[in-house]
Amino acid sequence: MNLTLREALLTFRRAPLLSALSVTTIAFSLFVVGLFGLVAVNLQQALRSVAERVEIVSYLLPGTPVETVTLALKDIEAFPEVQSATYVTEEQALARARSELSEFRDVLQELERNPLPASIEVKLKPAFRDVDHVNDVADRMRGFGFVDDVRFGRDWVEKLDHLRQIAAAVGLVVGAAFAVVAIIIIGTTIRMAVLQRTREIAIMRLVGATDGFIRRPFLLQGAIKGMLGGVVAIALSYGAYVVINRWLIHAAFFTREQALAIIGFGTLIGFFGSAASVGRHLRRV
Amino acid sequence: MIKFTNVSKAFPKGGLALKDVSFHIQKGEFGFLTGHSGAGKSTVLRLIYAEEPVTSGEVRVSGFSVAEISRREVPKLRRRLGIVFQDFRLLEDRTAEENVAFALEVTGARRAGIAARVMRVLTQVGLAAKAKAYPRELSGGEQQRVAIARALVNEPTVLLADEPTGNLDERATRGVFQLLRDINASGTAVVMATHDLDLVRQAPYRVIELQEGALVYDSAVDDSRGQTAAP
Repeated sequence: MNLTLREALLTFRRAPLLSALSVTTIAFSLFVVGLFGLVAVNLQQALRSVAERVEIVSYLLPGTPVETVTLALKDIEAFPEVQSATYVTEEQALARARSELSEFRDVLQELERNPLPASIEVKLKPAFRDVDHVNDVADRMRGFGFVDDVRFGRDWVEKLDHLRQIAAAVGLVVGAAFAVVAIIIIGTTIRMAVLQRTREIAIMRLVGATDGFIRRPFLLQGAIKGMLGGVVAIALSYGAYVVINRWLIHAAFFTREQALAIIGFGTLIGFFGSAASVGRHLRRV
Repeated sequence: MIKFTNVSKAFPKGGLALKDVSFHIQKGEFGFLTGHSGAGKSTVLRLIYAEEPVTSGEVRVSGFSVAEISRREVPKLRRRLGIVFQDFRLLEDRTAEENVAFALEVTGARRAGIAARVMRVLTQVGLAAKAKAYPRELSGGEQQRVAIARALVNEPTVLLADEPTGNLDERATRGVFQLLRDINASGTAVVMATHDLDLVRQAPYRVIELQEGALVYDSAVDDSRGQTAAP
Protein backbone atom coordinates (compact mmCIF):
# COMPACT_ATOMS: atom_id res chain seq x y z
CA MET A 1 0.00 0.00 0.00
CA ASN A 2 1.16 3.50 -0.72
CA LEU A 3 2.94 5.00 2.29
CA THR A 4 0.90 8.22 2.29
CA LEU A 5 -2.35 6.28 2.19
CA ARG A 6 -1.14 3.87 4.88
CA GLU A 7 -0.13 6.72 7.21
CA ALA A 8 -3.43 8.52 6.58
CA LEU A 9 -5.48 5.43 7.34
CA LEU A 10 -3.34 4.49 10.35
CA THR A 11 -4.52 7.64 12.09
CA PHE A 12 -8.10 6.43 11.94
CA ARG A 13 -7.01 3.22 13.64
CA ARG A 14 -4.73 4.86 16.20
CA ALA A 15 -7.02 7.67 17.22
CA PRO A 16 -10.47 6.33 16.40
CA LEU A 17 -12.25 8.56 18.87
CA LEU A 18 -10.69 11.79 17.68
CA SER A 19 -11.20 10.74 14.07
CA ALA A 20 -14.85 9.96 14.71
CA LEU A 21 -15.21 13.28 16.48
CA SER A 22 -13.66 15.09 13.53
CA VAL A 23 -15.95 13.38 11.05
CA THR A 24 -18.99 14.07 13.25
CA THR A 25 -18.09 17.74 13.64
CA ILE A 26 -17.53 18.08 9.92
CA ALA A 27 -20.78 16.21 9.26
CA PHE A 28 -22.85 18.49 11.48
CA SER A 29 -21.25 21.63 10.08
CA LEU A 30 -22.05 20.46 6.58
CA PHE A 31 -25.49 19.30 7.73
CA VAL A 32 -26.34 22.88 8.68
CA VAL A 33 -25.11 24.03 5.29
CA GLY A 34 -27.10 21.19 3.74
CA LEU A 35 -30.31 22.10 5.57
CA PHE A 36 -29.98 25.65 4.39
CA GLY A 37 -29.30 24.30 0.93
CA LEU A 38 -32.50 22.24 1.13
CA VAL A 39 -34.50 25.34 2.06
CA ALA A 40 -32.89 27.22 -0.80
CA VAL A 41 -33.55 24.39 -3.27
CA ASN A 42 -37.20 24.19 -2.24
CA LEU A 43 -37.69 27.92 -2.25
CA GLN A 44 -36.20 28.09 -5.69
CA GLN A 45 -38.46 25.32 -6.87
CA ALA A 46 -41.51 27.02 -5.37
CA LEU A 47 -40.61 30.29 -7.08
CA ARG A 48 -40.06 28.44 -10.31
CA SER A 49 -43.50 26.85 -10.17
CA VAL A 50 -45.02 30.23 -9.40
CA ALA A 51 -43.10 31.80 -12.25
CA GLU A 52 -44.50 29.05 -14.45
CA ARG A 53 -47.78 30.89 -14.25
CA VAL A 54 -46.42 34.09 -15.70
CA GLU A 55 -48.53 34.50 -18.81
CA ILE A 56 -49.35 37.29 -21.19
CA VAL A 57 -52.90 37.27 -22.45
CA SER A 58 -53.78 39.34 -25.52
CA TYR A 59 -57.49 39.80 -26.08
CA LEU A 60 -58.41 40.00 -29.74
CA LEU A 61 -60.87 42.34 -31.44
CA PRO A 62 -64.13 40.59 -32.32
CA GLY A 63 -64.20 39.18 -35.80
CA THR A 64 -60.46 38.71 -36.22
CA PRO A 65 -60.08 36.04 -38.93
CA VAL A 66 -58.56 32.76 -37.84
CA GLU A 67 -56.01 32.93 -40.68
CA THR A 68 -54.67 36.25 -39.37
CA VAL A 69 -54.36 34.81 -35.88
CA THR A 70 -52.62 31.67 -37.14
CA LEU A 71 -50.09 33.75 -39.03
CA ALA A 72 -49.54 35.98 -35.99
CA LEU A 73 -49.08 32.90 -33.77
CA LYS A 74 -46.17 31.83 -35.99
CA ASP A 75 -44.59 35.26 -35.54
CA ILE A 76 -45.11 35.28 -31.80
CA GLU A 77 -43.69 31.81 -31.37
CA ALA A 78 -40.60 33.01 -33.18
CA PHE A 79 -39.94 35.63 -30.46
CA PRO A 80 -36.80 34.52 -28.63
CA GLU A 81 -38.49 34.91 -25.22
CA VAL A 82 -41.54 32.89 -26.05
CA GLN A 83 -41.97 29.31 -25.04
CA SER A 84 -45.47 28.80 -26.39
CA ALA A 85 -48.39 30.79 -27.80
CA THR A 86 -51.90 29.38 -27.75
CA TYR A 87 -54.97 30.64 -29.54
CA VAL A 88 -58.08 30.46 -27.41
CA THR A 89 -61.25 30.95 -29.47
CA GLU A 90 -64.33 32.66 -28.09
CA GLU A 91 -66.05 29.27 -27.73
CA GLN A 92 -63.12 27.77 -25.90
CA ALA A 93 -63.04 30.77 -23.58
CA LEU A 94 -66.70 30.28 -22.76
CA ALA A 95 -66.30 26.54 -22.25
CA ARG A 96 -63.40 27.16 -19.94
CA ALA A 97 -65.39 29.77 -18.00
CA ARG A 98 -68.23 27.32 -17.62
CA SER A 99 -66.05 24.59 -16.24
CA GLU A 100 -63.91 26.82 -14.04
CA LEU A 101 -66.58 29.14 -12.68
CA SER A 102 -69.16 26.57 -11.69
CA GLU A 103 -71.05 28.99 -9.44
CA PHE A 104 -71.90 31.11 -12.50
CA ARG A 105 -72.83 28.09 -14.58
CA ASP A 106 -76.48 29.07 -14.75
CA VAL A 107 -75.75 32.61 -15.83
CA LEU A 108 -73.27 31.43 -18.41
CA GLN A 109 -75.74 28.80 -19.61
CA GLU A 110 -78.43 31.33 -20.37
CA LEU A 111 -76.29 33.71 -22.40
CA GLU A 112 -77.71 34.46 -25.83
CA ARG A 113 -74.45 35.83 -27.12
CA ASN A 114 -70.90 34.86 -26.05
CA PRO A 115 -69.47 37.98 -24.34
CA LEU A 116 -65.95 36.54 -24.04
CA PRO A 117 -63.30 37.62 -26.56
CA ALA A 118 -60.86 35.28 -28.23
CA SER A 119 -57.31 35.54 -26.98
CA ILE A 120 -53.72 34.51 -27.49
CA GLU A 121 -52.01 33.18 -24.35
CA VAL A 122 -48.26 33.52 -24.37
CA LYS A 123 -45.94 31.65 -22.02
CA LEU A 124 -42.35 32.82 -21.73
CA LYS A 125 -39.24 30.70 -21.40
CA PRO A 126 -38.07 30.36 -17.76
CA ALA A 127 -35.16 32.76 -18.17
CA PHE A 128 -37.46 35.55 -19.39
CA ARG A 129 -40.15 35.49 -16.72
CA ASP A 130 -39.26 38.87 -15.22
CA VAL A 131 -40.86 42.31 -15.44
CA ASP A 132 -38.65 43.73 -18.17
CA HIS A 133 -39.09 40.87 -20.58
CA VAL A 134 -42.76 40.48 -19.86
CA ASN A 135 -43.27 44.21 -20.56
CA ASP A 136 -41.26 43.96 -23.71
CA VAL A 137 -43.25 41.07 -25.10
CA ALA A 138 -46.52 42.69 -24.05
CA ASP A 139 -45.57 45.84 -25.98
CA ARG A 140 -44.86 43.82 -29.08
CA MET A 141 -48.22 42.09 -28.74
CA ARG A 142 -49.94 45.44 -28.60
CA GLY A 143 -48.36 46.21 -31.95
CA PHE A 144 -50.64 43.69 -33.67
CA GLY A 145 -53.61 45.53 -35.13
CA PHE A 146 -56.13 42.90 -34.07
CA VAL A 147 -55.10 42.98 -30.43
CA ASP A 148 -57.56 44.88 -28.30
CA ASP A 149 -55.91 44.64 -24.89
CA VAL A 150 -52.92 42.95 -23.22
CA ARG A 151 -52.97 41.73 -19.64
CA PHE A 152 -50.24 40.09 -17.57
CA GLY A 153 -50.76 41.07 -13.95
CA ARG A 154 -47.95 43.62 -13.71
CA ASP A 155 -48.09 43.89 -9.91
CA TRP A 156 -47.86 40.20 -9.51
CA VAL A 157 -44.87 39.81 -11.81
CA GLU A 158 -43.15 42.69 -10.04
CA LYS A 159 -43.72 41.07 -6.66
CA LEU A 160 -42.39 37.81 -7.96
CA ASP A 161 -39.30 39.60 -9.22
CA HIS A 162 -38.80 41.23 -5.85
CA LEU A 163 -39.24 37.93 -4.04
CA ARG A 164 -36.69 36.29 -6.28
CA GLN A 165 -34.16 39.03 -5.57
CA ILE A 166 -34.69 38.73 -1.82
CA ALA A 167 -34.37 34.97 -1.99
CA ALA A 168 -31.13 35.25 -3.97
CA ALA A 169 -29.65 37.85 -1.61
CA VAL A 170 -30.62 35.98 1.55
CA GLY A 171 -29.42 32.74 0.02
CA LEU A 172 -26.09 34.23 -0.85
CA VAL A 173 -25.48 35.98 2.48
CA VAL A 174 -26.80 33.27 4.80
CA GLY A 175 -25.30 30.51 2.67
CA ALA A 176 -21.91 32.21 2.70
CA ALA A 177 -22.15 32.76 6.46
CA PHE A 178 -22.97 29.09 7.05
CA ALA A 179 -20.17 28.04 4.74
CA VAL A 180 -17.68 30.27 6.57
CA VAL A 181 -18.76 28.89 9.94
CA ALA A 182 -18.41 25.36 8.59
CA ILE A 183 -14.94 26.17 7.27
CA ILE A 184 -13.85 27.59 10.64
CA ILE A 185 -15.21 24.65 12.63
CA ILE A 186 -13.77 22.08 10.26
CA GLY A 187 -10.44 23.93 10.18
CA THR A 188 -10.29 23.87 13.98
CA THR A 189 -11.13 20.18 14.09
CA ILE A 190 -8.40 19.37 11.61
CA ARG A 191 -5.99 21.53 13.56
CA MET A 192 -6.69 19.47 16.68
CA ALA A 193 -5.77 16.34 14.76
CA VAL A 194 -2.52 17.96 13.68
CA LEU A 195 -1.66 19.17 17.18
CA GLN A 196 -2.33 15.69 18.55
CA ARG A 197 0.51 14.46 16.37
CA THR A 198 3.02 17.19 17.20
CA ARG A 199 5.42 14.67 18.71
CA GLU A 200 5.22 12.42 15.73
CA ILE A 201 5.85 15.31 13.36
CA ALA A 202 8.90 16.34 15.41
CA ILE A 203 10.26 12.79 15.21
CA MET A 204 9.60 12.61 11.49
CA ARG A 205 11.59 15.78 11.01
CA LEU A 206 14.44 14.50 13.14
CA VAL A 207 14.89 11.42 11.02
CA GLY A 208 15.00 13.52 7.87
CA ALA A 209 11.45 13.58 6.53
CA THR A 210 10.80 16.42 4.12
CA ASP A 211 7.92 18.83 4.77
CA GLY A 212 6.13 17.41 1.75
CA PHE A 213 6.41 13.90 3.10
CA ILE A 214 5.01 14.97 6.46
CA ARG A 215 2.24 16.99 4.88
CA ARG A 216 0.85 14.44 2.42
CA PRO A 217 -0.78 11.99 4.87
CA PHE A 218 -2.42 14.90 6.68
CA LEU A 219 -3.84 16.29 3.46
CA LEU A 220 -5.19 12.91 2.44
CA GLN A 221 -6.56 12.31 5.90
CA GLY A 222 -8.22 15.73 5.96
CA ALA A 223 -9.76 15.09 2.56
CA ILE A 224 -11.04 11.67 3.68
CA LYS A 225 -12.53 13.13 6.85
CA GLY A 226 -14.15 15.93 4.87
CA MET A 227 -15.58 13.46 2.39
CA LEU A 228 -16.93 11.15 5.12
CA GLY A 229 -18.37 14.19 6.88
CA GLY A 230 -20.04 15.19 3.62
CA VAL A 231 -21.54 11.75 3.15
CA VAL A 232 -22.88 11.72 6.73
CA ALA A 233 -24.22 15.26 6.23
CA ILE A 234 -26.12 14.15 3.13
CA ALA A 235 -27.50 11.19 5.06
CA LEU A 236 -28.61 13.51 7.89
CA SER A 237 -30.16 15.91 5.39
CA TYR A 238 -31.99 13.01 3.78
CA GLY A 239 -33.32 12.02 7.20
CA ALA A 240 -34.51 15.58 7.77
CA TYR A 241 -36.05 15.62 4.31
CA VAL A 242 -37.97 12.40 4.96
CA VAL A 243 -39.32 13.76 8.25
CA ILE A 244 -40.30 17.11 6.72
CA ASN A 245 -41.89 15.40 3.77
CA ARG A 246 -43.98 13.10 5.91
CA TRP A 247 -45.10 15.50 8.61
CA LEU A 248 -44.85 19.01 7.27
CA ILE A 249 -44.77 19.92 3.62
CA HIS A 250 -44.02 18.23 0.39
CA ALA A 251 -40.43 19.13 -0.26
CA ALA A 252 -37.77 18.32 -2.80
CA PHE A 253 -34.35 16.77 -2.08
CA PHE A 254 -30.99 17.59 -3.62
CA THR A 255 -30.28 16.40 -7.09
CA ARG A 256 -27.40 13.98 -7.42
CA GLU A 257 -25.15 16.83 -8.57
CA GLN A 258 -26.07 19.02 -5.59
CA ALA A 259 -25.39 16.16 -3.16
CA LEU A 260 -22.04 15.51 -4.80
CA ALA A 261 -21.28 19.23 -4.59
CA ILE A 262 -21.79 19.16 -0.80
CA ILE A 263 -19.55 16.11 -0.43
CA GLY A 264 -17.00 17.79 -2.68
CA PHE A 265 -17.22 20.95 -0.57
CA GLY A 266 -16.48 18.88 2.56
CA THR A 267 -13.57 17.16 0.86
CA LEU A 268 -12.09 20.48 -0.24
CA ILE A 269 -12.45 22.08 3.20
CA GLY A 270 -10.86 19.01 4.77
CA PHE A 271 -7.99 19.17 2.32
CA PHE A 272 -7.32 22.90 2.55
CA GLY A 273 -7.99 22.98 6.31
CA SER A 274 -5.29 20.37 6.74
CA ALA A 275 -2.96 22.19 4.37
CA ALA A 276 -3.33 25.40 6.38
CA SER A 277 -2.93 23.71 9.78
CA VAL A 278 0.04 21.56 8.84
CA GLY A 279 1.68 24.41 6.99
CA ARG A 280 1.38 26.69 9.97
CA HIS A 281 2.58 23.96 12.28
CA LEU A 282 5.57 23.05 10.13
CA ARG A 283 6.68 26.64 9.92
CA ARG A 284 6.74 26.84 13.68
CA VAL A 285 8.56 23.62 14.64
CA MET B 1 33.25 16.27 9.62
CA ILE B 2 31.90 18.68 12.27
CA LYS B 3 33.57 22.03 12.52
CA PHE B 4 32.52 24.92 14.76
CA THR B 5 34.29 28.20 14.10
CA ASN B 6 33.66 31.05 16.55
CA VAL B 7 30.07 29.99 17.01
CA SER B 8 27.74 31.99 19.21
CA LYS B 9 24.09 31.28 19.82
CA ALA B 10 21.72 33.73 21.42
CA PHE B 11 18.10 32.99 22.30
CA PRO B 12 15.69 35.90 22.19
CA LYS B 13 14.77 35.49 25.85
CA GLY B 14 17.50 33.26 27.20
CA GLY B 15 20.56 35.34 26.52
CA LEU B 16 23.77 33.84 25.14
CA ALA B 17 23.70 30.02 25.09
CA LEU B 18 27.03 29.60 23.31
CA LYS B 19 29.92 32.04 23.30
CA ASP B 20 32.53 31.93 20.59
CA VAL B 21 32.85 28.14 20.50
CA SER B 22 35.32 26.51 18.11
CA PHE B 23 36.19 22.83 17.73
CA HIS B 24 36.66 20.25 15.04
CA ILE B 25 35.56 16.63 15.26
CA GLN B 26 37.20 14.36 12.73
CA LYS B 27 35.67 11.59 10.71
CA GLY B 28 35.28 8.45 12.79
CA GLU B 29 36.10 10.22 16.04
CA PHE B 30 34.31 9.72 19.38
CA GLY B 31 33.79 12.97 21.23
CA PHE B 32 32.23 13.67 24.60
CA LEU B 33 30.47 16.96 25.18
CA THR B 34 30.46 17.53 28.93
CA GLY B 35 29.41 20.21 31.33
CA HIS B 36 26.69 20.94 33.84
CA SER B 37 23.13 21.14 32.67
CA GLY B 38 22.57 24.46 30.98
CA ALA B 39 26.20 24.63 29.89
CA GLY B 40 25.21 24.46 26.23
CA LYS B 41 25.75 20.78 25.34
CA SER B 42 22.31 20.31 23.85
CA THR B 43 22.56 23.64 22.05
CA VAL B 44 25.74 22.44 20.31
CA LEU B 45 23.90 19.31 19.15
CA ARG B 46 20.84 21.29 18.08
CA LEU B 47 23.03 23.52 15.95
CA ILE B 48 24.64 20.46 14.39
CA TYR B 49 21.30 19.03 13.25
CA ALA B 50 20.02 22.46 12.25
CA GLU B 51 17.21 22.57 14.77
CA GLU B 52 18.27 26.08 15.74
CA PRO B 53 19.71 28.83 13.56
CA VAL B 54 23.29 29.88 14.25
CA THR B 55 23.55 33.44 15.58
CA SER B 56 27.12 34.02 14.47
CA GLY B 57 30.11 32.00 13.38
CA GLU B 58 30.26 28.99 11.13
CA VAL B 59 29.04 25.43 11.61
CA ARG B 60 30.00 22.87 8.99
CA VAL B 61 28.58 19.36 9.16
CA SER B 62 29.23 16.70 6.54
CA GLY B 63 29.75 19.28 3.83
CA PHE B 64 26.74 21.42 4.82
CA SER B 65 27.13 24.96 6.06
CA VAL B 66 24.48 24.90 8.78
CA ALA B 67 24.49 28.67 9.26
CA GLU B 68 23.33 29.12 5.68
CA ILE B 69 21.31 25.96 5.19
CA SER B 70 17.92 26.34 3.53
CA ARG B 71 14.81 24.75 4.92
CA ARG B 72 14.68 22.35 2.02
CA GLU B 73 18.16 21.07 2.71
CA VAL B 74 17.66 20.33 6.40
CA PRO B 75 16.17 16.86 5.74
CA LYS B 76 19.17 16.01 3.56
CA LEU B 77 21.53 16.99 6.36
CA ARG B 78 19.59 14.97 8.91
CA ARG B 79 19.68 11.87 6.77
CA ARG B 80 23.44 11.89 7.18
CA LEU B 81 23.08 12.10 10.94
CA GLY B 82 21.67 9.72 13.49
CA ILE B 83 20.17 11.40 16.54
CA VAL B 84 19.47 9.81 19.92
CA PHE B 85 17.86 11.48 22.92
CA GLN B 86 17.60 10.95 26.63
CA ASP B 87 13.85 10.41 26.30
CA PHE B 88 14.21 7.99 23.33
CA ARG B 89 11.50 9.71 21.28
CA LEU B 90 9.96 6.55 19.93
CA LEU B 91 6.50 6.46 18.45
CA GLU B 92 4.47 4.70 21.11
CA ASP B 93 1.95 3.17 18.75
CA ARG B 94 4.50 1.44 16.56
CA THR B 95 6.54 -1.64 17.27
CA ALA B 96 10.33 -1.56 17.55
CA GLU B 97 10.78 -2.62 13.96
CA GLU B 98 8.14 -0.16 12.76
CA ASN B 99 9.91 2.65 14.58
CA VAL B 100 13.14 1.76 12.85
CA ALA B 101 11.52 1.19 9.47
CA PHE B 102 9.83 4.57 9.79
CA ALA B 103 13.21 6.33 9.57
CA LEU B 104 13.86 4.54 6.28
CA GLU B 105 10.38 5.11 4.90
CA VAL B 106 10.43 8.85 5.46
CA THR B 107 13.59 9.11 3.42
CA GLY B 108 11.90 7.34 0.54
CA ALA B 109 14.04 4.20 0.76
CA ARG B 110 13.16 1.32 -1.55
CA ARG B 111 10.41 -0.75 0.05
CA ALA B 112 11.92 -4.08 -0.87
CA GLY B 113 15.07 -3.66 1.19
CA ILE B 114 13.55 -2.11 4.30
CA ALA B 115 12.70 -5.25 6.31
CA ALA B 116 16.18 -6.71 5.89
CA ARG B 117 17.91 -3.46 6.81
CA VAL B 118 15.71 -3.05 9.87
CA MET B 119 16.46 -6.57 11.03
CA ARG B 120 20.16 -6.04 10.51
CA VAL B 121 20.34 -2.96 12.77
CA LEU B 122 18.05 -4.50 15.37
CA THR B 123 20.43 -7.45 15.47
CA GLN B 124 23.34 -5.03 15.76
CA VAL B 125 21.81 -3.41 18.84
CA GLY B 126 20.86 -6.81 20.27
CA LEU B 127 17.10 -6.48 19.97
CA ALA B 128 16.23 -8.77 17.09
CA ALA B 129 14.12 -10.91 19.42
CA LYS B 130 11.97 -7.93 20.43
CA ALA B 131 11.30 -6.54 16.98
CA LYS B 132 7.55 -6.91 17.43
CA ALA B 133 7.41 -5.31 20.87
CA TYR B 134 5.91 -1.89 21.47
CA PRO B 135 8.00 0.71 23.35
CA ARG B 136 5.87 0.33 26.49
CA GLU B 137 6.77 -3.36 26.56
CA LEU B 138 10.49 -2.60 26.58
CA SER B 139 12.82 -1.49 29.36
CA GLY B 140 14.50 1.92 29.22
CA GLY B 141 17.75 0.40 27.98
CA GLU B 142 15.92 -1.55 25.30
CA GLN B 143 14.00 1.51 24.18
CA GLN B 144 17.25 3.40 23.84
CA ARG B 145 18.63 0.54 21.76
CA VAL B 146 15.63 0.85 19.44
CA ALA B 147 16.30 4.58 19.19
CA ILE B 148 19.94 3.86 18.37
CA ALA B 149 18.89 1.30 15.77
CA ARG B 150 16.62 3.94 14.23
CA ALA B 151 19.52 6.39 14.19
CA LEU B 152 21.79 3.83 12.57
CA VAL B 153 19.49 2.44 9.92
CA ASN B 154 20.24 5.25 7.49
CA GLU B 155 23.97 4.57 7.87
CA PRO B 156 24.85 8.00 9.15
CA THR B 157 28.36 9.41 9.16
CA VAL B 158 27.79 10.90 12.60
CA LEU B 159 25.72 9.69 15.52
CA LEU B 160 24.60 12.48 17.86
CA ALA B 161 23.56 11.35 21.32
CA ASP B 162 22.07 13.85 23.78
CA GLU B 163 22.40 12.36 27.29
CA PRO B 164 21.55 8.90 25.93
CA THR B 165 22.08 7.27 29.33
CA GLY B 166 20.39 9.99 31.35
CA ASN B 167 17.28 7.92 32.01
CA LEU B 168 18.98 4.56 32.43
CA ASP B 169 20.20 2.53 35.39
CA GLU B 170 23.86 1.63 35.69
CA ARG B 171 23.68 -1.67 33.90
CA ALA B 172 21.67 -0.30 30.99
CA THR B 173 24.03 2.67 30.86
CA ARG B 174 27.02 0.40 30.46
CA GLY B 175 25.26 -1.58 27.76
CA VAL B 176 24.23 1.47 25.75
CA PHE B 177 27.67 3.04 26.10
CA GLN B 178 29.33 -0.14 24.91
CA LEU B 179 26.97 -0.16 21.95
CA LEU B 180 27.97 3.40 21.06
CA ARG B 181 31.65 2.42 21.31
CA ASP B 182 31.04 -0.54 19.01
CA ILE B 183 29.29 1.73 16.54
CA ASN B 184 32.23 4.11 16.66
CA ALA B 185 34.67 1.23 16.21
CA SER B 186 32.94 0.37 12.94
CA GLY B 187 33.72 3.85 11.62
CA THR B 188 30.81 6.12 12.57
CA ALA B 189 31.74 9.33 14.37
CA VAL B 190 29.89 9.69 17.68
CA VAL B 191 29.23 12.93 19.54
CA MET B 192 27.80 12.21 22.95
CA ALA B 193 26.60 14.88 25.32
CA THR B 194 26.71 13.71 28.92
CA HIS B 195 27.33 14.93 32.42
CA ASP B 196 28.20 11.43 33.62
CA LEU B 197 31.91 11.85 34.35
CA ASP B 198 32.35 8.19 35.28
CA LEU B 199 31.46 7.31 31.76
CA VAL B 200 33.84 9.91 30.38
CA ARG B 201 36.71 8.52 32.44
CA GLN B 202 36.05 4.98 31.25
CA ALA B 203 37.26 5.63 27.74
CA PRO B 204 40.19 7.46 26.21
CA TYR B 205 38.05 9.65 23.99
CA ARG B 206 38.07 13.28 23.05
CA VAL B 207 36.43 15.47 25.70
CA ILE B 208 35.00 18.92 25.04
CA GLU B 209 33.80 20.69 28.13
CA LEU B 210 31.45 23.61 28.15
CA GLN B 211 30.74 26.01 30.95
CA GLU B 212 27.99 28.59 30.67
CA GLY B 213 28.18 28.44 26.91
CA ALA B 214 31.93 28.78 26.62
CA LEU B 215 34.32 26.02 25.65
CA VAL B 216 36.63 25.67 28.67
CA TYR B 217 38.43 22.46 27.84
CA ASP B 218 39.12 20.45 24.69
CA SER B 219 41.30 17.40 25.27
CA ALA B 220 42.48 17.40 21.66
CA VAL B 221 43.83 20.92 21.95
CA ASP B 222 44.73 21.30 25.62
CA ASP B 223 46.39 17.91 26.09
CA SER B 224 48.54 18.24 23.00
CA ARG B 225 49.53 21.72 24.13
CA GLY B 226 50.35 20.26 27.54
CA GLN B 227 52.44 17.60 25.89
CA THR B 228 54.40 20.05 23.78
CA ALA B 229 54.87 22.31 26.76
CA ALA B 230 56.21 19.46 28.84
CA PRO B 231 59.94 18.93 28.54
